[in-house]
Amino acid sequence: MIEGILIGLSTALSLTNILMVMVGCFAGTIIGMLPGLGPMTAIALMIPITYGFDPSTGLILMAGVYYGAVFGGSTSSILLNAPGIPGTVATAFDGYPMAQQGKAGKALAIAAYSSFAGGTISAIFLLVAAPSLSKVSLAFRSPDYFALMILGLTAISAFSSKGQFLKAMMMVVLGLMLATVGQDSLSDITRFTFNNMNLTDGISFVLIVMATFAMSEALTIIFRGKDPNRAAKQISLTELGSIKVNKEETIKMAKTIPRSSILGFLIGVLPGAGATIASFLAYGMERNYVNEEEKQKFGKGSVHGLSAPETANNAACSGSFVPLLTLGIPGSGTTAVMLGALLGFGIQPGPRLYQTNPEIFWSVIMSMYIGMVVLLILNLPLIPYIARILAVPRNYLIPLILFFSVTGIYLMSFNNFDIFLMIGIAVVATFLRLYDFPMPPLILAFVLGGLMEETLRRSLLISDGSPNFLWDRPITLIILLITITIVGWQIFSTFRKKI
Amino acid sequence: MRISPTKFISLLFLVLSVFYLYTAYNIQVFAFDENAPFNARTFPIYLGWAGIILSSLKIILPEKVTTEVNHKHLDYKSIIYLIIISLIYAAVILKIGYFISTSLFLFASYYFLGERRWGLMFILSFPFVAAFMYLLHGLLNIYLRDPFLKYIGVMR
Repeated sequence: MIEGILIGLSTALSLTNILMVMVGCFAGTIIGMLPGLGPMTAIALMIPITYGFDPSTGLILMAGVYYGAVFGGSTSSILLNAPGIPGTVATAFDGYPMAQQGKAGKALAIAAYSSFAGGTISAIFLLVAAPSLSKVSLAFRSPDYFALMILGLTAISAFSSKGQFLKAMMMVVLGLMLATVGQDSLSDITRFTFNNMNLTDGISFVLIVMATFAMSEALTIIFRGKDPNRAAKQISLTELGSIKVNKEETIKMAKTIPRSSILGFLIGVLPGAGATIASFLAYGMERNYVNEEEKQKFGKGSVHGLSAPETANNAACSGSFVPLLTLGIPGSGTTAVMLGALLGFGIQPGPRLYQTNPEIFWSVIMSMYIGMVVLLILNLPLIPYIARILAVPRNYLIPLILFFSVTGIYLMSFNNFDIFLMIGIAVVATFLRLYDFPMPPLILAFVLGGLMEETLRRSLLISDGSPNFLWDRPITLIILLITITIVGWQIFSTFRKKI
Repeated sequence: MRISPTKFISLLFLVLSVFYLYTAYNIQVFAFDENAPFNARTFPIYLGWAGIILSSLKIILPEKVTTEVNHKHLDYKSIIYLIIISLIYAAVILKIGYFISTSLFLFASYYFLGERRWGLMFILSFPFVAAFMYLLHGLLNIYLRDPFLKYIGVMR
């Protein structure tokens, strides 16, 4: 492991990669700060920039953007009560009241220190857990992988759908359907191309991400522009107050951070869960832990209430890298985008990544530490200045997002069919989002589609077409039982509400 | 009878799934693969059935959570303008080149979204795109095809 850490450090500490972490954190903070734009959009917008980089550098840039976007989301939660991403909704519960009391600077500092601590502690967990899990996951066979992918897709549908499980599952099927367009990987038979040569190679992952996130996000902002509930709030961004944290507040943070880090990391590792659930659970858990006097302060500017979700959402970000790096199966929409980018570099994450590309495996982990430090020492002092980005009018912001989306696709194929297709998918996605059809399950399904078909093919061929492969191996059976429990729980909760 | 938008979308999804399943059954596979445990049709057929079952359930079951959208608050005009500009942009990008089409797209988008500060609109379109192209093409060495700039000798 020491050797791996040294490999990772030597890669992550190269001048280019340090620069990429800094640029990534900075760009991520700015994009994540803008209400409506989250880490997925931020990473998607970075994909065209990474085309010319080597895989480690590209991934390090994306990891920096990821952390930066989560940190940026907290800033808009605290200053505007307008979370940039769902993972920072709980941050606004106590961060915004604190800002209203004239302590915005302090709230931002508490958020930054908690993020730093949560991210750093969970990166240590990742350092320890990932190599061991990689070894364990070498025992996984095709049926286990197939079951695991079913579990991941079911879990993300259950967790990301705000109680609308069927809608999320429909998006999963739509994502898988889109993934089947083009040549079949084994027989080279073309499917669903309708004799259009442009579809022979299938639909590009970047196109789907740009259409369903970046472009449809921009269209949604414009579409809902007249909604009074979504109108940008005007606040003073010049008077943020001091960013100094006193001794009493430090002690409170020190109590909250360890437990929220552990919880956040464990939730992050679970497929489909991620930062949003981690932050809400940590907030709820913290409220149960503190004494009665502190409990009364929750929702009115409590240090515990701000520190817990901030620690947990960053810890969950590191946790979500565990299934990606060890199994090659992303646990969240954001890591699905990163998986797609990795596949674009010609790298297949999974248990063998640890052996075949140790420099990527370790440099990503090491760059997390560097990213945390960058966020703390670079972004925190700059927050009063970066916060002014919140004042950028949407008249400029939206066209620039569209411009980056189109450029990303144009750079890839120099073909206007792809741009037309992207616009079409973005328009459909905008309407689907309007009626709460979630997009992360679609992305995850699209990314996993090819792999899922491949593992199903192998499993069925081994079992000679019999479905026995679903219960022959204990690992497969256990994973499927967990999946059935999640589906059963969703059905039960649907009917319980009606009774 | 009034059908909710969610159920209407589910109905569209049902139609899509039926069409997908029909197309899946008609995928031409090799003769020796016809009776294999798994061929190019198998996975799409499963997906088609899954789509039909899920969308049917969504249509049949009563809605637990209803999504209300107030259409008075939706800015249809701006979004239609933006989509039209984007379609024109996609149609002309290969003909007139990346630089001019992108700059004009940005300028027109700012205008249709209500911006009237001409100087700023200009800076954030033509010089901005030029700087971006320099970053990609000149510094990062990412090939950016622009037949027009190549023709006038600005780009190699």
